[in-house]
Amino acid sequence: MDTIDLTQIRLGIAARAAGVSGEIKRKKRREGKGRPVDPAALEQVRELLGQEPRRRDLLIEHLHKIQDRYRCISAEHIVALADEMRLAPAEVFEVATFYHHFDVVKDGAPAPPPITVRVCDGLSCELAGAQNLLALLGNGGYGDGVRVIPAPCVGRCETAPVAVVNQQVVAHATVAEVDARLERKALQADVPEYIDYDAYVRGGGYAFVRACVAGRHRPDDVIATMEHSGLRGLGGAGFPTGRKWKIVRAEAAPRLMAVNIDEGEPGTFKDRWYLERDPHRFLDGLLIAAWAVGIDDVYIYLRDEYAHIRAILTRELEVLRAQAPVPLPAIHLRRGAGAYICGEESAMIESLEGKKGMPRLRPPYVAQVGLFGRPTLEHNMETLYWVREINERGAEWFAAFGRNGRKGLRSFSVSGRVQRPGVHLAPAGITIRELIAEYAGGMLPGHTFYGYFPGGASGGILPASMDDIPLDFDTLNPYGCFIGSAAIIVLSDHDTARGAARNMLRFFREESCGQCTPCRVGTAKAVALLEGETWDKPLLDDLARVMVDASICGLGQAAPNPFLCAFKYFPQEFS
Amino acid sequence: MAIAPLPPRPAGERPDTRTAFSLPGADVAARADETILQVADRYGVAIPRLCYKDGYRPDGNCRACMVEIEGERVLAPACCRLPSAGMKVTSTSARAVKAQQMVLELLLSDMPEQSASPYKRESELDRWAAALDVRAPRFPQRHQPAPDLSHPAMSVNLDACIQCGRCVRACREEQVNDVIGYAWRGEHAKIVFDLDDPMAASTCVACGECVQACPTGALMPANNVGLIVPEKSVDSACPYCGVGCLLTYNVKDNQILSVDGRDGPSNASRLCVKGRFGFDYVHNPRRLTTPLIRRTGVAKTTGILDPDDLASAFREATWEEALDAAAAGLRGIRDTRGPSALAGFGSAKGSNEEAYLFQKLVRTGFGTNNVDHCTRLCHASSVAALLEDIGSGGVSNQVADVALADVAIVIGSNPTVNHPVAATFMKNAAKAGTKLIVMDPRRNELARHAAYFLQFRADTDVALLNAIMHTIVEEGLADEAFIRERTENYAALKMLVAEYSPEKIAPVTGIAAHTIREVARLYATSERSMIFWGMGVSQHVHGTDNARCLISLALLTGQIGRPGTGLHPLRGQNNVQGASDVGLIPMSFPDYARVDDPDVNQRFEALWETKLDSKPGLTVTEVMDAAHAGTLRGMYVMGENPAMSDPNVGHAREALALLDHLVVQDIFFTETAGYADVILPASAFPEKTGTFTNTDRRVQLGRQAIDPPGQARQDLWIIMELARRMGLDWNYAGPREVFAEIRRAAPSMAGITWERLEAEGSCTYPLEHEGDPGEPVIFVDSFPRPGGRALFAPAAFSDAAELPDERYPFIFTTGRQLEHWHTGSMTRRASVLDALEPEPTIVIHPDDLAAIGVAPGGTLTLESRRGTLTASARADRGMQRGTLFMAFAYNEAAANILTNDAIDPFGKIPEFKFCAVRLRAGGELVESRL
Repeated sequence: MDTIDLTQIRLGIAARAAGVSGEIKRKKRREGKGRPVDPAALEQVRELLGQEPRRRDLLIEHLHKIQDRYRCISAEHIVALADEMRLAPAEVFEVATFYHHFDVVKDGAPAPPPITVRVCDGLSCELAGAQNLLALLGNGGYGDGVRVIPAPCVGRCETAPVAVVNQQVVAHATVAEVDARLERKALQADVPEYIDYDAYVRGGGYAFVRACVAGRHRPDDVIATMEHSGLRGLGGAGFPTGRKWKIVRAEAAPRLMAVNIDEGEPGTFKDRWYLERDPHRFLDGLLIAAWAVGIDDVYIYLRDEYAHIRAILTRELEVLRAQAPVPLPAIHLRRGAGAYICGEESAMIESLEGKKGMPRLRPPYVAQVGLFGRPTLEHNMETLYWVREINERGAEWFAAFGRNGRKGLRSFSVSGRVQRPGVHLAPAGITIRELIAEYAGGMLPGHTFYGYFPGGASGGILPASMDDIPLDFDTLNPYGCFIGSAAIIVLSDHDTARGAARNMLRFFREESCGQCTPCRVGTAKAVALLEGETWDKPLLDDLARVMVDASICGLGQAAPNPFLCAFKYFPQEFS
Repeated sequence: MAIAPLPPRPAGERPDTRTAFSLPGADVAARADETILQVADRYGVAIPRLCYKDGYRPDGNCRACMVEIEGERVLAPACCRLPSAGMKVTSTSARAVKAQQMVLELLLSDMPEQSASPYKRESELDRWAAALDVRAPRFPQRHQPAPDLSHPAMSVNLDACIQCGRCVRACREEQVNDVIGYAWRGEHAKIVFDLDDPMAASTCVACGECVQACPTGALMPANNVGLIVPEKSVDSACPYCGVGCLLTYNVKDNQILSVDGRDGPSNASRLCVKGRFGFDYVHNPRRLTTPLIRRTGVAKTTGILDPDDLASAFREATWEEALDAAAAGLRGIRDTRGPSALAGFGSAKGSNEEAYLFQKLVRTGFGTNNVDHCTRLCHASSVAALLEDIGSGGVSNQVADVALADVAIVIGSNPTVNHPVAATFMKNAAKAGTKLIVMDPRRNELARHAAYFLQFRADTDVALLNAIMHTIVEEGLADEAFIRERTENYAALKMLVAEYSPEKIAPVTGIAAHTIREVARLYATSERSMIFWGMGVSQHVHGTDNARCLISLALLTGQIGRPGTGLHPLRGQNNVQGASDVGLIPMSFPDYARVDDPDVNQRFEALWETKLDSKPGLTVTEVMDAAHAGTLRGMYVMGENPAMSDPNVGHAREALALLDHLVVQDIFFTETAGYADVILPASAFPEKTGTFTNTDRRVQLGRQAIDPPGQARQDLWIIMELARRMGLDWNYAGPREVFAEIRRAAPSMAGITWERLEAEGSCTYPLEHEGDPGEPVIFVDSFPRPGGRALFAPAAFSDAAELPDERYPFIFTTGRQLEHWHTGSMTRRASVLDALEPEPTIVIHPDDLAAIGVAPGGTLTLESRRGTLTASARADRGMQRGTLFMAFAYNEAAANILTNDAIDPFGKIPEFKFCAVRLRAGGELVESRL
């Protein structure tokens, strides 16, 4: 390396300096460093933000406003928003580019077309022909006004394949169905009929929380009921609910609650299912929990794909505030922006703070140091959904359900090759055989049961031969699988585990946040290896090991499960 | 989604403050907040790490430092994990090692070359891969991004990026410049500048912290300098501003290759663009390398001389000849016209030893106190007020104290430009909760981090500060006990500020009354409040009054004498504090001993063994007036450039041209050198050893890294040779011996030994006795004034000397910019700095520009009652309408042609920050002459 000549280096510097100076000179004459604030863009941003606070945690909300109005986020808007919020342009840019639903457009590039058709390429939709649909729509000749893009699981697997035209959902999507929406300009979300506030109250809703606030129940008793019911976190982690309340309650005030409705695990749609039918049951549980744990502020994080739920919750929260059955904590409804990782509890907290959804290292745990550094009770929507009923009917009522030695109820999101896909509320511990036969109407005609994902993309794949395992927390662990959010995707003899695993790994690659090496590099390398004809087992085993052992969060830790299970339980596909 | 988070930890289970646990082969104990990795390092257990950097927040993203903890489901990152009692940790189990190796293999698979980085001599990834025996990676390589070579100082080669985020933390958490981001996600996640812009087009301020942080060479100094093995690395200090950053010069073949930040007490390894990339002025081909003597018969004109034309006015000479000529001229004037016909301007860029000998030469060789330097142009008014009111001109608290302050006022100062590394600590503090109150007529970068930004009308400081004090008095927020026990003349202040209600003052300052009141309450009621100020305060005809108000504010609330409080006028030059300390000012001998105090005079006559003048000498601006008047005939100027730095510089140039004899000692042919009779080629900072005193009162050692070019000589030698020819019998073997004499002359530095400076690199004075720790906070119990009490000096609001009117409707204000130092003599000859800011600009509000129909970048001509200049217009929304700003570093459009030479009556400082001008579109741009 000593061969490099110093004189050459010096000449190099001089040449470089001379080369850039023309360009820099012109820029420096006009303005200082970086992009200047465009006064017109600043005016637009100010008008959009109105009187709303310019706090950092509202950054994603503010980006949504720009995206909604202009269909994209231009460089000028980013610089103007940064100026308005007293952030650096890079801070806004990195957040905007992290989330799939923001279209960042730089330097004169055209805005995306007014209409976006998103075709879900999650596994259930892929089994139902999403790739074919995507190809057909892509050749649909819609012109400049429409773009067709694939999207990760949109949480409607029971009506696969699914396309979403702007916010209008097309179930059992076909080209004709999509065309029909485009023709009638049906681009908004349809809001279904649901049990509204009055109907819910008539059915006895909010009575229990009223009694709590009136002093007829004690927090300790309610927490004890939750403990005895055996209810565990239904987002997938399965942490005992009562114990979590106890832990957070013991922390110093102010305490916060964060509700996770970022339902993004492929195959999972139970939260959506319940909220589009009975939203107040969830809010009721939320108020009971807030009272029992002593919560000042509640943040609800809703995935952006659920536009109709946003409409429902926005409306019903207003009603609730107007007719508050009890003094309410401050309830903030926040909108995700297209990032599976934000379903991870600490990534969601980062996102609620207006940042990229990158999981935090633990310890410290969110119960101690969570949202805005405060002790935080974080729950999946469904966990809160059951709180009212458990308290009204008693812990024993809930615990009395169960099969094969397990206790409680589970909401299974069932999709894939079955007759009756949908959310099936079934006893915990039910086997896949029983679930398909008793609840899902059996296999589709012409399909023979081949295998199943017991817990969404992350929970592994099991073969049809292992059809007698009770489906519940803990019971799948010996097989290297877990139930997670109870998303069951059923495969048939038309499918392969290899194909399914490849689909899932592509999903993980797209959804990895990019923070840690094992996941960021690992998911990309895994896809590259899985796309080959033959799979290099020793290398994939090594890769899986570092991903499982060394990833920061569950995404990277669980991402190898599909191909590990394919090797382990479907050896015939490799012979 | 069904990602399994770890269960919450039971409440109350926290690591002990001193925790025993086990590492491979050792039972060890952790200190409070010490991570497993730090403990392992202490015990010599090597654990690989890439995203971890000492001093930075551990981030735990690379996962190279995974260790196995008994009983835990997955491995843990040693860099982030605090051990708990009894924890069994191993970094060497098969499982842990496998994870470490796989992480390295994954990263290595995406490198441009798998065994040695093409950009850096010792890539940390290569080093750890070798240590863990990771061979050729088995994975396919990623699609590689294109290099970004847009910046003159740095190369961006993201094909070597491992996404460890050290550069992001460097930029965002250390320097808080917030340029670098980590955008997109997953495999597309990428290090970006602003909006993924080319580095040179971004808001990058080129501090180079990211380069220093990058483990793989993805960010490196430009042109592969990082691949050259230096012959030696010399620990020294930065030659630019008063922050006093310590650094290391990497040298080969008598050339400086690169500069690294060193962990000094004032910089924590941080540097700015000048310190890190502004070093090659020393190698500029235009360095003076031969003594020069003015050709006989070549008259001095008021124009500035083109350096290309140098030979027409000067001829080369031997040192002997030049020194003889220099001394003969000075001697002749002294002996015929008397000592007071001579003056010397020393330099705040020279060492303490040079400044000391220079003033000693003027005082004992010339026989006059006519010795001054650029302190007159920067903080003379601040020092006048400080000496008057609290008895000492030094800062009461160091910059680092901002971390302890609850509130910090930063007024009339643009530290991200003028004191960039000090600014990083202010921004760090703001992020950690210190409330910054930024007050400035011009919005600066610090304002973004401020709790309050008061963009008041230029020149209304006194009104604003009196209104703040009015509120404090009126609302009963004054610290009565402090006032009673430690101050005098409070009644007068109280009476004066009574006239300044915020409601009355709001229209004067443009700041709403409620804001003035909120700020007053915030400052007064916080546990610890601090004040920083710069030349926006001092460079006014009422600069002393401005400073008096700040001092009164601190006294009124008792916000002085404790850590995290006090007064800190940010010093501009690297040794402006030291030069003043050792007597390079006309009214004082070393340590601010008044020349007109008979006892003092006697003491120095004894020390220097000669008769001394007891009349204070002339200040910088007074010297120029005396030259005009013909009473001053000869000057010795070392490293100063009055032909650029003086106000109404046309007047100063006339004065210089009128001198009978001018000796200029410098490293370049400066504008001032054009008026010289003899030019002595001197040494640049890295070419000599000496001590320098920073804004924090830290005396620090600068060490010689290279030899001066050609016949250029070290300044100390030149001063001594001149002294010999002026009849002085000096015999100092080097800076060390001079420093020993300074210790005798300046009691507050008496305890600092050369050995200690060599060992520690930095000592804070007052340090009167050897072995003392030094006093970072002063005025703890009393003030060095009669009775130990501080004085309230009430100041009434008054106007600038020249207000805008119909003929000259714009306010013109001057200062520096990040890349250019003072008159540009060094920085405009540094290739990177010159490339980054190549030409003068007039900074103007875009609406003012639009009003006269000129687009940004267009040409403007400015005219004041004293002169006219033409330059490009740079739009800046941070300006107030009706106000223009220029840096004074450019001789092709010298801002000081326009400035007013009216001076403050106490500090004798000129009003660089305010004069009236008019502007018009167009004009003829002038080429620079360097």
